Amino acid sequence: MAVVALKNVGKQYPGAASLAVEDFNLTTHDGEFIVLVGPSGCGKTTTMRMIAGLEEHTQGTIEIGGRDVTGVVPKDRDIAMVFQSYALYPHMSVRDNMAFSLKLKKYAKADINKRVEDAAEVLGITPLLDRKPRALSGGQRQRVALGRAIVRQPQVFLMDEPLSNLDAKLRVDMRAEITKLHRKLGVTTFYVTHDQTEAMTMGQRIAVMKDGVVQQIDSPNNLYQQPANVFVGGFIGTPAMNFLDAAVANGTATGPDFSLALDAARREVAGTRERLHVGIRPEHLHLAGNEADAQSLKGEVEVVEPLGALTMIQVRVGDTKVTAQIEPHQQVEMGDTVALTCAADKLYLFDTESQDTLIGIDSGVADQPAA
Amino acid sequence: MSAQAKRFSGANIAFGVLGWAVALLMFLPLIWLLVTAFKTEAEAFTVTPQLFFEPTLDSFKAALAQGAGYWHYAWNSVFTALASTVIGLMLTVPAAYAMAFYPSKRTDFTLVWMVSTKFIPAVGVLVPIFLVYKTIGLLDNVWGLIALYTAMNLPIMIWMVYSYFRDIPKDLVEAANIDGASMGQTMLKVILPLATPGLASTGLLALILAWNESFWSITMTNYQASTLPVYIASFKSAEGMFWAKMSAASVLSIAPIIVLGWFAQRQMVRGLTFGAVK
Ligand SMILES: Nc1ncnc2c1ncn2[C@@H]1O[C@H](COP(=O)(O)OP(=O)(O)OP(=O)(O)O)[C@@H](O)[C@H]1O
Ligand SMILES: [Mg+2]
Repeated sequence: MAVVALKNVGKQYPGAASLAVEDFNLTTHDGEFIVLVGPSGCGKTTTMRMIAGLEEHTQGTIEIGGRDVTGVVPKDRDIAMVFQSYALYPHMSVRDNMAFSLKLKKYAKADINKRVEDAAEVLGITPLLDRKPRALSGGQRQRVALGRAIVRQPQVFLMDEPLSNLDAKLRVDMRAEITKLHRKLGVTTFYVTHDQTEAMTMGQRIAVMKDGVVQQIDSPNNLYQQPANVFVGGFIGTPAMNFLDAAVANGTATGPDFSLALDAARREVAGTRERLHVGIRPEHLHLAGNEADAQSLKGEVEVVEPLGALTMIQVRVGDTKVTAQIEPHQQVEMGDTVALTCAADKLYLFDTESQDTLIGIDSGVADQPAA
Repeated sequence: MSAQAKRFSGANIAFGVLGWAVALLMFLPLIWLLVTAFKTEAEAFTVTPQLFFEPTLDSFKAALAQGAGYWHYAWNSVFTALASTVIGLMLTVPAAYAMAFYPSKRTDFTLVWMVSTKFIPAVGVLVPIFLVYKTIGLLDNVWGLIALYTAMNLPIMIWMVYSYFRDIPKDLVEAANIDGASMGQTMLKVILPLATPGLASTGLLALILAWNESFWSITMTNYQASTLPVYIASFKSAEGMFWAKMSAASVLSIAPIIVLGWFAQRQMVRGLTFGAVK
């Protein structure tokens, strides 16, 4: 277990025009579960590979357990990695796959067996120990890959999209299992995903990346309530936040087919701005009936998606598609014109120019402060 | 279309006939060789080929006779083929490994350049190599021949092994690195076991190429280091051609490799197509 510190870490691939990762700063707590999320190509894998030592960082320093690991080869970094492709050794049994690293370290046979069997026990793969990887299902292979990582008892786990090859249900199961495993072992973990539900449910802190640049590193709740900018606001949360380009006058944000009164706090941050981006999460929009109140967006319903527990509708407000989450008993048909409303304190405001957040929302619940 | 109908469709029959025709065409000389080996010299020499004759082992007896030295040549063939294959593989594996798993900007060029050396006709380099060998005393020396065979086969061996290695996911090398394996351990414990079929078929190909090689053997050796092709050629003398004995000698020379090929052919086909179908 160790603290991992990334200080101004950057990576320039040879021949690449721009940096794949730029000025990454993060110091973990001991035993923390850090999730890296972001769209494809944003540098998540590159960051992991730099921590693992599979790729040299070209800027800054990486410290593992207080030791600068620049120039240290992967095997001497005391890390274990779980690959997206599992990367199990196809010619070795599950037992040998898991024992490989221990054998290389010349552990005593009895010790190796004990460790392998303990890990197999934890992961529920004891009956599979003598099989070859090709005789395993995807989920079982995933477990073996995890097993291979945990027998090492390393200081840091690195997992690069370990669940992306699994079907939806198995993914949810494994997600819970990895979280449980982390709680049990308490090993500092970096976990890459581009599934934001996975990020939100697993991460103690989440680093949201875009084009090689970290946008925000924060707890799941803070990311949801206080995103740093339009990108994070739109990336975290499903379905994604709605954005409306609004003109501000007399404490009201207006645009084609919508008008939203700003409360005192929002009026204050808006200051003298004449334009703003307004962000509204689908779960904060409600059907307003037909009596138009001060907070309303009007438009024609274009899509209705009943999901059982709730229903998603898409409403065209001006030129913008707005997604709203409504109760399943509320009958809405395609082609209906509806009015939506949103509480004044659930509006996110962003600066039009910089795209930075002016104000987020309050949970009313005290969140643990992110270090 | 049912499977049955498909099997007997026009195209399949046409391909079947074509396949047999080509195969016959290719095997005809071999069959002729075999037939001739059981004739007397007189029968072998007739202008209108004799199809019906009384088979005799005389030619084989003559070819295996003490003075003909079959076993001397055969031993040289076995030794040069095996040694050049083993040395070739020992050089091939690290070279292909480096290019497959640690490629540089020049890797592609190097590969093409290596294979392009095979485009130089052997006669083109005969005189320089002959002179060098003469100077350093490697003429008519098995090790001189082994060095030539190794060099001759190396480009194709490296190319083949490289393409097997390329099919092995790089993740495995990285996983082994993280698991604490050195480069040598990764190669020996992870990559080579996975590449065994590829190494086997590469080795087999090298073996066959070295076994069949005649140009260098005939030009660079006299007797001491001569291999079976020299022995076959020796039946073409100033007094004329001894077709029957030459055929018998040829049969004796190719038999070992055909037997070996027979046992290895499944492996071989799998090996040669390994890169094509994943
Ligand atoms: N070996 C390489 N050489 C040059 N550029 C690379 C290399 N590997 C990655 N890149 C570039 O670096 C950037 C970041 O890639 P990276 O693989 O880290 O993205 P990612 O966030 O893991 O994406 P994904 O979600 O698709 O896995 C991309 O623009 C990619 O094209
Ligand atoms: Mg990636």
